[in-house]
Amino acid sequence: MATTAPGNLLMTTIDKAARWARTRSMFPASFGLACCAIEMMATGAAHYDLGRFGMEVFRASPRQSDLMVVAGRVSQKMAPVLRQVYDQMPDPKWVISMGACASTGGMFNNYALVQGVDQVVPVDIYVPGCPPGPQSLMHGILTLHDKIMKGEIAS
Amino acid sequence: MSDDAKTLDVWVAGTEEPDLAPTDEGAQEISVDESGRRLDEQFGRVVDDDYVFDDEADEDERMILNMGPQHPSTHGVLRLQIELEGEIIRRTKPIIGYLHTGMEKTGEQLNFSQGGTNVTRMDYLAPLHNELAYSLAVERLLGIEVPPRAAAIRVLLTELNRCSSHLVALATNGMDIGAISMMIYGFREREQILAFFEKTTGLRMNHNFIRPGGVAADLPPGWKDDVAAIIEELPRRLGQYDDLLENNPIWLARTKGVGVISAEEATAYGITGPTLRSTGVDWDLRKAFPYSGIERYEFEVPVGEHGDVYDRYRIRVEEIKQSLSIVEQVMDTIPKGDYRVDDRKVTPPPRARIDESMEALIHHFKLFTEGYKVPAGETYVAVESPRGELGCYLVSDGEAQPYRMHTRAPSFSNLQALPIAMADSLMADTVATIASLDPVMGDVDR
Amino acid sequence: MTDETGVVETEEAAEIPERPLPDNEVLRALFGQFEDVGWEDSLGQDVARVPNERWREFASAARDAGFEVCVDVTAVDWMRHRPDRFEVVANLLSMQHRLRLRMITTAPRQEPTVASLVPVWPGVNFPEREAYDMFGIVFDGHPDLTRILMPDEWDGHPLRKDFGVGLVPVQFKESHKVV
Repeated sequence: MATTAPGNLLMTTIDKAARWARTRSMFPASFGLACCAIEMMATGAAHYDLGRFGMEVFRASPRQSDLMVVAGRVSQKMAPVLRQVYDQMPDPKWVISMGACASTGGMFNNYALVQGVDQVVPVDIYVPGCPPGPQSLMHGILTLHDKIMKGEIAS
Repeated sequence: MSDDAKTLDVWVAGTEEPDLAPTDEGAQEISVDESGRRLDEQFGRVVDDDYVFDDEADEDERMILNMGPQHPSTHGVLRLQIELEGEIIRRTKPIIGYLHTGMEKTGEQLNFSQGGTNVTRMDYLAPLHNELAYSLAVERLLGIEVPPRAAAIRVLLTELNRCSSHLVALATNGMDIGAISMMIYGFREREQILAFFEKTTGLRMNHNFIRPGGVAADLPPGWKDDVAAIIEELPRRLGQYDDLLENNPIWLARTKGVGVISAEEATAYGITGPTLRSTGVDWDLRKAFPYSGIERYEFEVPVGEHGDVYDRYRIRVEEIKQSLSIVEQVMDTIPKGDYRVDDRKVTPPPRARIDESMEALIHHFKLFTEGYKVPAGETYVAVESPRGELGCYLVSDGEAQPYRMHTRAPSFSNLQALPIAMADSLMADTVATIASLDPVMGDVDR
Repeated sequence: MTDETGVVETEEAAEIPERPLPDNEVLRALFGQFEDVGWEDSLGQDVARVPNERWREFASAARDAGFEVCVDVTAVDWMRHRPDRFEVVANLLSMQHRLRLRMITTAPRQEPTVASLVPVWPGVNFPEREAYDMFGIVFDGHPDLTRILMPDEWDGHPLRKDFGVGLVPVQFKESHKVV
C-alpha cells in the first residue's frame, strides 16, 4: 500500500469504504412468497434480530432496496412479476435464493413451479433448507456481506 | 400488461400533438366585480370551496387500482383489483394463483406415507392440521384406529399449532394496522412454541410428524417441563397485547365496524373459522364433529357479535387461551401406550428389529419402497384449522398412491368474503380487512 | 272401483324393489323427493348419486332441506375406468342438523358440462373455477368461468390424468462424464 502512488491509495480506500457501506446498510425488498417468508419474518423479529446488521427494515418499494431475498416457491404465474421487481431495483443489487424451492424447485418437480429462481434472475447466494432456519438465512446473509467486502461479488 | 399499454394515453415527446381540448376543469372562479370581496378572499375570510363531493358519480369516474401481487400488506401473493370511486371501494376482485404449486398433482405421485410431506406445505402456518386431515382420511380408508396416546399427542401438537398460527395472525394484523410492536411480540412468543416443535418433531415448520397410523415418534423426555413453561409464559404475554391494544383508541377506531360481514353472507359463501364465528354463528368442528379424541377435553368456543375486524382479533386472542387450557388438560391426562397403530402392514417396524427378524426387514423394505396399498373408496374428513374447515377429499383405487387427493382449503373460501367485506368501505381499511381474514396463500393456491 | 285400484296397487308395490334410503329423517325426506337419485353409504358417510340433469334441482332441494353451506366442489378424472370420464363432487354441510352429505354426478369425456351451483350457494364460485381450470369441466351458468390458478394463457388442464406431471430431469454435476 505504501509503495503505490497516493492517488491509487485514495481510490482503493474509497472502494473499500463503499463496499463497507453497502454491506452495512443493505435494505431487503420484501419478496416473501411461502413458508420461507415466515422464517424470514422470524429472522427479522426479536429472537434472531436482523436489525443488528441494519437490515430489519424491509422496504416495500423495490426502488428503495438493494437485496432481494426470494423466499418461497416461484410459480409460473409469479415468474414475470419476479423479473419485473428485480428489474425495478437500482444497481448495485443482490439476490439471495432462500430455501429449496427457490434454489432448485425443491420437492415440487412439476408443471407449476419454475425449477429454480436462477432461471429468472441471477442469484448470488443459495440458502438450502425447507424452510431454512433463521440461523441458516443469517449465515447466508453474512456470507454475502463477506463476499462483497472482499470484492468477490461486485453487484 | 400489454392491454393496459394500449389504452393508456401516452404522449411521447417529438410525436404528434396530444389531443388535449382546453377545459375549465379545476379553474377557480374569480369574481372581478367586488374589490372588497377580492380583498376578503386574499385575507382568507371567504372560502370558495371547490372540494365538495357530488353524491352521484358517473361510471367512467371510477378508477381501477391494482394492489399486489408483491405488496407488504397482502399476506403473501394476493392480487386485488379494486374499483374505486374516490376513496370508496365499489368492487373488488381477488386474483390468485401466484403460488400455485401443483400439490394435488404431486399428491398423486407420492405414496400414502409420503403424502404428509406434500400436504404439510399447503397451509404453512398450521402444518400439523394439514397432516392431521390427510392422516384421518387415510386412516378412514384403511379402517384403522389410532391408539389413544397417539390421538392425545395429535391434540397436543395441533392445539399448540393453533396458538402459533394465531400469534402470527395477531402479529401481522397488528403490524398492518400500524402497531408494529405487535410483530415483535407475536414472533417472540412463537419462538418458544417453535422450539418445542423442533425438540419434538425435528423441524420448526412443515414437520411431517402426524402420519397415517399415529405420529412419527414419541414425545421426548422432559416435554412436560417445556409445555408447562409455555402454558405459564404465554397468558402473561397475552396480557401485554391487551395493554397495547385493548383500550387503545387508535386500534379501536381502526378495527371496530370495519370489514363487516353478516352471518347469512358468511354461511352462503362457505366461510368458516374465526371469520364465521365473529358474525355470531357458533360453529366449531371440534364440537360439532369431534375427531382425534378432542371431545374428552373441556373448552369453550369464543363467538363474536358484529362480524368486524375487532371481533376477529378478539376471538383469536381468546382461542389462544382456550387452546392453552386444552394443552394443559392433555398434559395432565395423557395415557400411556403406543404412539402408532400396531398394524404391521402400515407401521414400519422399529429399526432394532430389522437386524433380528427377516419379516421385519421385508416389511420395512416394502413400506419404504412401494408403500402400503389402501383399499378402494372415497372419503372426506375435515378438521378445524386456525382458519376454518380444512378438509381432505381422498379417492383411492387400491394402489399405493392416492388416485385423487383434494384439500378443501379454508382460506380459498374465506377469500370470497373479501369483496363483501370491502364493498362500500374506504380504501384505507383494505389492509385491516385482509389482515383480519388471515388468508394463507399456500392454502389458497395449493 | 276401490277394489280394482287396491288390487293394482299391491301388484305394483310387490314388483318395485325397495330403494336403499338413509336412516336420518332429514336425508330420508330429501331423497324421497327424487326418484332417480341413489343413496350410498361410503365408509359411514352419506353420498347421493345425482344424474347430471338434476344436479341443480337436487342442490336447491338440499339447501331448502337445511344444508346451508356447500363446503367444496371438486372433480375426479376417471379416464377409461368409468363410462363417463369425469365425476363432479360437492360436499354439503348442514349446521342446524349437524349433517354432512356428498353429491356426486358424472360428466362425459366430450365437452363435459355440469350446471353451476352458484345460484344456489354463491360460495362455490371459486371452487367451480378451480375445477374448470384443473379439469376443463364447463359449469353452465357460472358468472365468471375463467382460469383461476394457472396463468390465463395456459394450455391444457393440469389435473387430468393425460396431462403429465411436468417433471424436469435433474442434471447432476458429473453427468457429462462417461460412466
